[in-house]
Order: sequence, then C-alpha cells, then structure tokens
Amino acid sequence: MFWDFQWTWEVMPDLLQGLKVTVQATLLGYLIALVLGLGVAMLRRVPVLGTLVHAVMEFIRTTPLLVQLVFVFALVPSTVTALTVGIVVLGVHYSAYTAEVYRSGIEGVAKGQWEAARALSLPAYRTWGAVVLPQAIRKVIPALGNYLIAMFKDTPLLLAITVTELLAMAQRVGNDEFRIVEAYTVVGFLFLLVSIPSAFIIRRLERRYAAV
Amino acid sequence: MPPSDNRAAPAAADTDTPDTGSLIVFDQVVKRFGDLTVLDHLDFSVAPGERVTLIGPSGSGKTTILRLLMTLEKVTEGTILVGGEPFSHMRRGDRLVPASESYLRARRKTIGMVFQQFNLFPNMTVRKNLTEAPVHVLGLGKEEANARAEELLDLVGLSDKIDAHPTQLSGGQQQRVAIARALAMRPEILLLDEVTSALDPELVAGVLDVLRTVAETTDITMLCVTHEMGFARDVSNRVLMFDQGRIAEAGAPEEIFGDPKEERTKAFLRSVLDNGY
Repeated sequence: MFWDFQWTWEVMPDLLQGLKVTVQATLLGYLIALVLGLGVAMLRRVPVLGTLVHAVMEFIRTTPLLVQLVFVFALVPSTVTALTVGIVVLGVHYSAYTAEVYRSGIEGVAKGQWEAARALSLPAYRTWGAVVLPQAIRKVIPALGNYLIAMFKDTPLLLAITVTELLAMAQRVGNDEFRIVEAYTVVGFLFLLVSIPSAFIIRRLERRYAAV
Repeated sequence: MPPSDNRAAPAAADTDTPDTGSLIVFDQVVKRFGDLTVLDHLDFSVAPGERVTLIGPSGSGKTTILRLLMTLEKVTEGTILVGGEPFSHMRRGDRLVPASESYLRARRKTIGMVFQQFNLFPNMTVRKNLTEAPVHVLGLGKEEANARAEELLDLVGLSDKIDAHPTQLSGGQQQRVAIARALAMRPEILLLDEVTSALDPELVAGVLDVLRTVAETTDITMLCVTHEMGFARDVSNRVLMFDQGRIAEAGAPEEIFGDPKEERTKAFLRSVLDNGY
C-alpha cells in the first residue's frame, strides 16, 4: 500500500512531541516579541537612542531569520540549548516587526491625548500606561495576532540549529522507514490544525477591535 | 537678551494692568515656528482672579499663548513668569536656564486647560477621566477623588453620566466633562482654548453656562480664546485684541466691543459678527 496507516499511527506520538516543541517555541518566542517590540516602540520616541534602536531593528528585519539563527547558535557557548537559542532569536527577530506594529498604533493615538495628559501633569508612566498604550494596543491586536501565525510557520527553521521541532521530527522518523510522504503529510496537517483555529480567533479579534 | 533677576518688572505697554502682584507675566516673549513668527516680543500680564479674553483673527497667536502657558510649546525668546517665578525657565544660581521636564511638571500643576477638541480619554469612563490626575498627580485617595468628581459633575449637570464612556456623550457633554476634569485639579489658572468651536450651535449655550457658573463661583484666573463675543463681554474683565503676534488693542469689554479705537479691531469685530457669531 502506498499510504501506511499503521505506521502513521505508530509515529504519531513522536510527531505530536515535535508539535509540542513547535508550539512551545512559538508561544515563548511570541512573548519575547510582544514585550521587546513594545519596549522598542516606546524607546523610538526618545531622541538619539530611538534612532539607534531603530537602526538595529532595521538590520534585524532586513537579514534572514535563518542566517540569524545559525549565526547566534554558532556564537553562544554549548551550555545554552538549541531550543533556547531558537526561542530567543525568533522572539528578537519578530520584535522588529511587532515594534513597527506598536509604533503605528502609538502614532495613531491623537496628539490631543498626549496634550491632555500633559495638561493634567500626568507622570510618564500614567501617560503611557493609562492613556496612550491602552488606546494604541487595542487598535493593533489583529496585526499582532497575524505575527503569531507567521512565527508559528517560521519555526521549522529551527531544525537548522538541531531543534527537534515538528518538521525535524518528521524528517527523522520518515527517514528511518523511508516513509517520507506520510511523515510530511502529517506535518502539513498538524500545522493546518493549529493555524486554522488561530486564524479564526484572530479574525474574530479583528472584527471586535477594528471598528473602534 | 538673557533675562536677569534684578530687572524691573517688564513694562506692559499695551495694557493698563499693574505689574506688581501679577499672576502671569509675559516678558518680551517671542515664539517662532520655523520662519513664521507667531508671537512678536509680546508683553502682557494678568492679575490673580482676572478673566481675560483673547480675540483676534486666526493665526494671530492667541492659542499659542495658552499653549505656552500649558507648556505644550516652548518659548523661542523672552520669559514667562507665573506667580512671580520663572515658568519657561528655571533658576540655576543667579541665572535663568530653560526649564527641565520635571520642573515644568511641578509648575504646571496649578494650570488647567480645556481644549477645542475636548481630548477626553476615550478608554476611561467619565469617573476615571476625572479621578486619574487627582489620584496620580495630587496624591488624593480614591474616595476623596471620587467625591470631588461627583461634586464637579453635579456642577456641570452630568451626574448621571459618571459611569458613561466619552463616546456615549454628545460634544457638549464631553466638553462639560472636560471642564470638570480640568477643575478637578483645583487649578489657579484655567485656560480655555476655543472650547465651543467644535460644537454644534445648539450645544454651545450649555457649555458657556457652565463656564459662567465657574466664573461666578470661583476666583480662578481665566484666559479664554473665543469667538463668542457675548460670552467674552459677560465674563471677562479685560479683552486683548491680537493681530500678527502683537496686542493691537486692550481694554475693558465695554470699550473693545462698544467703542473700539483701532481699525483692525473694528474690522475684526465686523467680520466676526457677519459670520453669525
């Protein structure tokens, strides 16, 4: 038989283990991208330092993620696990994108809001925390969500630095038995299984927040 | 020319207000945006409790005066004093240097501003809009800030809207909330920047009534940029007519509106009245 269901069923636990690593790398990397991106977007309003930060982020954004992964993995001491390197590089890389998203949200907040905050003498942490960011972030939630899916789809690059995520796992088990078709088909199917519901949720968010 | 401490109070050539005991003093203030001179060596002063209306054609620098006082803009040259202390600058030894951000934050606490576009915080309820600064700037307790908010909403006639969001209110209601928000800081000086210009005509009266009440029941010093000549006549002690960054004419409302001396003032008042204000 061309397609071996029996074998597919047998390797499923391994593939699900790979999926677990993929999801883990995505979520932790995304957390870094969300926090770091916000910090970068806020720093960009600071003279000089902001320009410097912007230049670094442009560099990260315009060089390939794969190159960054391989480069950093080669540099760090071997005590740092490949997965850690993968998560951090993925997160930092995508923070260059989320920073742009946050920036557009921050610039979308009316100038009058800053002026009202200033007229009330609000300290910087309240101006950002209570006035500007709640309005800015609300508007960019859908855009931030899209980067979650984009990151998820980029995680197979981690196999280049020996992280046994979903694709690497499929390669391993598939090569053992020359069952490449089954293994990669399942990979595609599992990616779909996570992506479709995520995209659905993001579309819902978009509808909920875009109007305001 | 760097201002010095021992210099006599600036001569307010265009006004009849005595300089001693002035709350606000503009001393040879220049404001330029690029090549455009908005305020041209402006001298004037405001006494405590005085209500001053600033009129004049658009682009004559009226709003810039309020924005300088609110520290939304920085002076290009000259000095602003508030309460006898430098405002645009701060003392360092016996010199005046441009004020730092923390100095400005401390100084502007006594000044409130109401904007043409209201600028309420749309992500907060009316209550939160009114308590945010009293709690986080003045250090009031939640209950005290709340009581103050309720009292002020009562003053502006919007007690039932305390838990509404700004987007649920009409423009006139939003502006009344914005006035309450500024008053919640108990300012010594209230700056009103064309507060009825963005409103539908039928909503203007409600906002002006609130401001009349504020004028009658408090001794807050008010600087008001407006095209509402009736309101200016009722509320203000003094009217300053601006033209091209300078004071063209100054005087009591009866003088300016009843018997303007300057041709520019006459022309301006005619054009305002022709436009149905």
